[in-house]
Amino acid sequence: MSDYNFAYLDEQTKRMIRRAILKALAVPGYQVPFASREMPMPYGWGTGGVQVSAACLVPEDRLKVIDQGADDTTNAVSIRRFFERTAGVATTGRTRDATLIQTRHRIPEEPLTRDQILVYQVPIPEPLRFLEPRETETRKMHSLEEYGLVHVKLYEDIARHGQIATSYAYPVKVEGRYVMDPSPIPKFDNPKLESAAVQLFGAGREQRIYALPPHCKVVSLDFEDHPFEASKADHACDLCGSATSYLDEVIVDDAGGRMFVCSDTDYCETRRDAGHLGRLSASGPVTTGQEDAA
Amino acid sequence: MTPLLQVKGLTKRYGARIGCQDVSFDLYPGEVMGIVGESGSGKSTLLNCLAGHLEADSGAVVFDTRADGPRDVRAMSEPERRMLARTDWAFVHQNPRDGLRMGVSAGGNVGERLMAVGARHYGNIRGQALDWLDRVEIAGDRIDDRPTAFSGGMQQRLQIARNLVTGPRLVFMDEPTGGLDVSVQARLLDLLRGLVREMGLSAVIVTHDLAVVRLLAHRLMVMKSGHVVEAGLTDQVLDDPQHGYTQLLVSSVLQA
Repeated sequence: MSDYNFAYLDEQTKRMIRRAILKALAVPGYQVPFASREMPMPYGWGTGGVQVSAACLVPEDRLKVIDQGADDTTNAVSIRRFFERTAGVATTGRTRDATLIQTRHRIPEEPLTRDQILVYQVPIPEPLRFLEPRETETRKMHSLEEYGLVHVKLYEDIARHGQIATSYAYPVKVEGRYVMDPSPIPKFDNPKLESAAVQLFGAGREQRIYALPPHCKVVSLDFEDHPFEASKADHACDLCGSATSYLDEVIVDDAGGRMFVCSDTDYCETRRDAGHLGRLSASGPVTTGQEDAA
Repeated sequence: MTPLLQVKGLTKRYGARIGCQDVSFDLYPGEVMGIVGESGSGKSTLLNCLAGHLEADSGAVVFDTRADGPRDVRAMSEPERRMLARTDWAFVHQNPRDGLRMGVSAGGNVGERLMAVGARHYGNIRGQALDWLDRVEIAGDRIDDRPTAFSGGMQQRLQIARNLVTGPRLVFMDEPTGGLDVSVQARLLDLLRGLVREMGLSAVIVTHDLAVVRLLAHRLMVMKSGHVVEAGLTDQVLDDPQHGYTQLLVSSVLQA
């Protein structure tokens, strides 16, 4: 890290991205185009999120990176290391200690505060993309607020599956105006989009930034007779016993054995440290040794 | 009585070439206007200009809106025009693939316009879709099939159901029976005639098939090289053609 340049991007680029972020915050849910840069990682690995993070980081920040809820998977580890090396900021796994959190596919279970920024990696920012392939047409639909087509998708779900089968990247309407793709988070996380933290969405390949300012009204689209439901696996975590967190299903042997664990590893560890026990805590294949305290 | 649609001096040019020139007519509620002519005579250009798909160069298209009375469609803002296009207007394409969403089930296709104007109750949308499929003689158990699984005639009937579900007052049809075999054509015409009577629809139908206009249209315009060469009551024009081109057109049809 040199004194005149901080967090990988040059200052002009950061200024351009910050302008886009400010505009996105001023028009919640609106996709602001920006001149996405080549990043030292492939598209689809979070180039958009990394650029937004780089533009927001200050030397005092403490960074947390989440990949599918976990802090220790490839994507999370490499992005965290990237910023350790290029910005020299402190990093953490604890949600409550972090000031800036870059995430992929999850929102932390622990409620965020007004002092935090949550940055999402977005593969496809356009919620209407798979319904209407023409970009010119989707832009027109956004500008004229013609969102009937989103409900056609939900109608098709119910007609075919008896319920709304869209379980991730569930479309939301922001402040009664723009329909927005909340990135591929499970629909379980949709209610958490109304948050005290600033939420920024960066799509590198598609060159779009959008945002949700704190306490912004976010409504998941649905039908009157088929209301939105934030669904999760109908189990409790096998390690920490939480019945309210989003769960991953893990196959543990080749005889049909399986376990359900919190997808948010920090949340699960914090609970285990506090002495909570799950079904497999004492004898299960995964133990941390910290249950002894309980 | 106010005409539903007044067209005054509508002109569309493609560079130096004429698309259609100085077309004027009035369409009253419940009336069906046929436009016939050979290929390249400007009838589709005219229809697309009326429906707002093409920008005309000059002239006026005055539509009697429900809220504000007669207004020039060309002077409306785009949101207003698109709103009109999905509520009071309907456009039936010659090729059902242009007018349908082929990846969406029949029910979704019919329901799309309802959802576009704010319907948010799945049960009601589905009920209305079933009702309309029945009206256009598509069995209710096909509601969850995609249009790709339908025959050409069924696709065309589905397109009609999808367009009429919001109860439009004016329907534009571009060769609705083109590409269908004669027996399916006959059924479709029968259906259209019934719906037009029942719902009191006004329609502008472009076709090159004189049998279609004889069955459906009350009045007729004959176009040639972008100009209207003859206009009048359908049977009058077809049985006693005055203009040389109309005489040629009428005599070129084999009498079955």
